[in-house]
Amino acid sequence: MTMPFYVPPEQLIKDRAEFARKGIARGRPIVAVEYTDGVLLIGENPSYSLHKMSEIYDQVAFAGVGRFNEFETLRVAGIRYADVKGFSYGRRDVTGKGLANAYSQTVGQIFTHEVKPYEIDVLVAEVGDDPDDDHLYHIQYDGTLHDERRFAAIGGKEDELRDKLKESFEPGFGLDAAIGYGAGVVESVEDREIPAVDWEAAVLDRTRGRRKFYRLTVDDLAAARTDG
Amino acid sequence: MSGSPFGPKDVTGPLPIDEVLPGSSFWALMDRRGILPDWQGAENALPIDLPDATTVLALRWEDGVVIAGDRRATAGTIIAHKRVKKVYAADRFSAVAISGTAGMAIELIKLFQTELEHYEKIEGTRLSLEGKANFLARLVRQNLPLAFQGLVVVPLFCGFDEREQVGRLYSFDVVGGRYDEEDYATTGSGGSEARSFLKATYRPDLDAESAIELAVEALVAAAEEDAATGGPDPRRGIYPNVITVTADGYTEVPDDDLAGVTERVLGGRP
Repeated sequence: MTMPFYVPPEQLIKDRAEFARKGIARGRPIVAVEYTDGVLLIGENPSYSLHKMSEIYDQVAFAGVGRFNEFETLRVAGIRYADVKGFSYGRRDVTGKGLANAYSQTVGQIFTHEVKPYEIDVLVAEVGDDPDDDHLYHIQYDGTLHDERRFAAIGGKEDELRDKLKESFEPGFGLDAAIGYGAGVVESVEDREIPAVDWEAAVLDRTRGRRKFYRLTVDDLAAARTDG
Repeated sequence: MSGSPFGPKDVTGPLPIDEVLPGSSFWALMDRRGILPDWQGAENALPIDLPDATTVLALRWEDGVVIAGDRRATAGTIIAHKRVKKVYAADRFSAVAISGTAGMAIELIKLFQTELEHYEKIEGTRLSLEGKANFLARLVRQNLPLAFQGLVVVPLFCGFDEREQVGRLYSFDVVGGRYDEEDYATTGSGGSEARSFLKATYRPDLDAESAIELAVEALVAAAEEDAATGGPDPRRGIYPNVITVTADGYTEVPDDDLAGVTERVLGGRP
């Protein structure tokens, strides 16, 4: 009979975290920027059909980086959570905070209990009636929940991105300016130019009707970047 | 409803990600969690007077479809509500109207709307128009046991087929039969009156304005013959609900426009 080696819990958690972090850093990042009418999500994604950003509910959106199948599971679970809650109570009762908490609990549980932790980071964005009510929640691979302000970055060289975002953020961006800013920061950290067709971008726009989420087209992005 | 709205009890964590996946159907998800609206009536229950009766109709015009309904709900000989909404946008490219027992019909519509949005969010594409109609037929069919006790729900569905680029109409019966309609369709207690009216006056080359006017005219004609259908009441500001659906999506016709239409329609009638 073989005896398992004793592994101290600190080491175990450290190993798991390192494993997850490595997986996430390999992927391409997503940046979220608050602008006058809402929140912009933008990141490099050459696939047209496999999205990294999605509508969850009227004013709540999702963005995920890392392993596609893992954040896709969370995206679908989030839509189910929101639709069941909205159907059972009222549409106003579905909030970004509630969803972020649920994600944080579930991802945290997977990190400690499952054979392999999820190699993902998730962003939950929410727009309110005015900019003060906008929220960005960043859920890490181990379930840690951060409440971010004005901008956020997940995946890739996260820390570098965050520093660069901090340097050049200006409150009161229009949508075009926000696109130029977000895309510019990603390009400068990646140190290469990314063509318009390789971006995926979506916004939550508070001026729209009930469903605030919509995807920006390649033309929207190209136009915003040449004008800005 | 029974059970927790957030998931079955045997799943740990607030987001039950490891439950047996019901795919992209909201209805299947609610069913799996045991929290579908409970529509089983008592055995041998006697029919009771619940708010029902209606005239709703839909017709095709050049660029799409228009769907309209009166605002009255009756319980026996009592007028239960004067401003009931019987016409709803189902999603961006379709609309649904209801006749029958109001309370159940409204819940059925809510379930239908949530299903369409849920599917769209999970799959990233909308259901085909035919797919939406088929699902609605299933919801109606599920209600059959209660229909035998007098709690009938019969919808009318229309929309713009994004693939074929054409407006389409669907009518239903109590057992969940789904029928493609060519030019116009009606249902409810005043439905046959509205149908006779449309039969005599319908033509396919209608523009939006004349299609809306024809729909209101048919509702007025039905209200004149059917006590359970309410006519427009300009004094109280009660006008029919009207929705148009075209390639650009649905539009709810505002009351201000309907006031003008009603005035023309009532003024032109003998």
